Amino acid sequence: MGMRIKAVIAAVIVGVLALAGCGSTSGAAGNDATTVRVTGFSVLTAANKPLFEAFQDTPEGNGVQFQTSYGASGDQSRAVQAGAKADIVHFSLETDMTRLVKDKLVPEDWKDTPSDGIATSSVVVIVVRKGNPKHITGWDDLAKPGVKIITPNPGSSGSARWNILAAWAHITGNGGSETDAKAYLTKVLNNTIALPGSGREATTAFTDGSGDVLLSYENEAIEARQSGADIDYIVPSDTLKIENPAAVTVDANPKAKEFLKFMTSAEGQKLYAQAGFRPVIDGVDVGQVQGANDPADPFPAPQKLFTLDKDFGGWGKAADEFFGDGEDGAPLGIITRLQQTTGKVGSN
Amino acid sequence: MPGPSRRRRPRTTLTRGAGLGLGLATLWFSLLVLLPLAAVVATAASGGVRQYLSVLTDDQTWAAISLTVAQAALVTVINIVLGTVIAWVLVRDRFWGRSLLNVIIDVPFALPTVVAGLVLLTLYGPNSPMGLHFAFTRIAVWLALAFVTLPFVVRSVQPVLEELDVDVEEAAASLGASGRTIVTRIILPSLAPAITSGAALSFARAISEYGSLVLLSGNRPFRTEVVSVRVLSFIENGSNAQAAAVASVMLAVALIVIIALDVVQRVAARRG
Repeated sequence: MGMRIKAVIAAVIVGVLALAGCGSTSGAAGNDATTVRVTGFSVLTAANKPLFEAFQDTPEGNGVQFQTSYGASGDQSRAVQAGAKADIVHFSLETDMTRLVKDKLVPEDWKDTPSDGIATSSVVVIVVRKGNPKHITGWDDLAKPGVKIITPNPGSSGSARWNILAAWAHITGNGGSETDAKAYLTKVLNNTIALPGSGREATTAFTDGSGDVLLSYENEAIEARQSGADIDYIVPSDTLKIENPAAVTVDANPKAKEFLKFMTSAEGQKLYAQAGFRPVIDGVDVGQVQGANDPADPFPAPQKLFTLDKDFGGWGKAADEFFGDGEDGAPLGIITRLQQTTGKVGSN
Repeated sequence: MPGPSRRRRPRTTLTRGAGLGLGLATLWFSLLVLLPLAAVVATAASGGVRQYLSVLTDDQTWAAISLTVAQAALVTVINIVLGTVIAWVLVRDRFWGRSLLNVIIDVPFALPTVVAGLVLLTLYGPNSPMGLHFAFTRIAVWLALAFVTLPFVVRSVQPVLEELDVDVEEAAASLGASGRTIVTRIILPSLAPAITSGAALSFARAISEYGSLVLLSGNRPFRTEVVSVRVLSFIENGSNAQAAAVASVMLAVALIVIIALDVVQRVAARRG
């Protein structure tokens, strides 16, 4: 009897260990030289498909299989940091890449490409209701009383930070002081009725009827219009350039490197443009882009285009300066503090 | 324990088979629950006492914690009353559509919470067909929590109510007990354990809710930001110790409430 119970216990333990083992090894199932594992931020789910197919039609991509994983950019980056296998990582913003460079999962020279490590690009735009009933023309209108704004939560979503910094740059990039920018953003935050968890959720809340204005990315607005959303969008005369970095991981196979090259080739960029992204290299004939305000001229250049590197000293500096949460006694970020003040004032 | 114990208990009731069962339960429980909990506490402690206190004294975090706990408590109280009523109606009454209602009660369990949030936004957002504009307010937080926690009390009270002997109630009535006495002295004491366990589940579920709120509540700091969103903000900034610190506070809150409910249940059972 005792023997049998021991046998059962042993069997159970083996079973549990086997289960645990499955969890850690299943990710490595396609670890051969022709499988490329792509980890990216959510919006790429649809945008990447045509690229995979086109790459498979090239001599380099013949026979290559893709394994994909999509989700919120920060979550995806933290997953890879925690050991999820990836050959290509494609994030919404650079801080998610820096995290992996620090842990030596992405080579330090990842920016040494013709497009400086950037694979897709867009600009911050102002989305309005069809026909623009509130006559929104630019950033200044967002501070007017009674304008209801929706923008994804800059606290919990890294990608949402592009939008807030675009509003900030509108003031500081046009000669305004930091005090002016704070005053402007206070008004904008007071007008903000919702901070949904991600860019897509913000779009959902807006198309569902909430708010007058949605701060979003041009590619998100174009994709929403492609899938039938009844919205218009405005590319402000001055706005922030959104740059999404992509890189191969340190132990990526050669096919992954070929695919990264393809992503930033003229052909790859044309396919991304069809999904609403602005090309990251010159001389791409993007053709007609359905869903854009003018499909024949889908990406009008704003008069002023701010960049994170030029106007904010890069993400490494901006993330703490604007969105810091006071860890280790560091001062709160400017936006974090503004959110707290506006929140308290209007909390009753 | 007050009072003499009614029966002397043997030191252990474990037979071999039961011992195996207990071993399995402990192993499984440790792997699934104790390890992650220990990890949360360890991560929370990794930042040191100063860090821990700085998280807890942060206004925005406190606002999120108090909003979440208050709304969860409110929802739990309402579930205790309405959940018991719904269970009563389902078990004791016969009416058209009863079995349909019995099935639909579980929908909030089965529906992915993001979908629930989307449905509620359509119903109570600016295009509300009923003219109810609750989206992005605290009422929306309450509404979402009430929706996802509805089945807990119903489903824990229902089976107990089904087993409850109607003869006892009839006997009490024939001996002259009023309806009120029957409810407070016979029915409620029997239901108390089920009600409190349902309440504990519904409270625990409510303080951890995320999916249905991200769309509906608006996540505005100090107004509609709940704890789970606050924790996510810390994680996004790479402040894992702070995130774990907030999580550990919520663990303590959940523990206190579950113990409190248990005490209430014991008191109620003794009165019956």
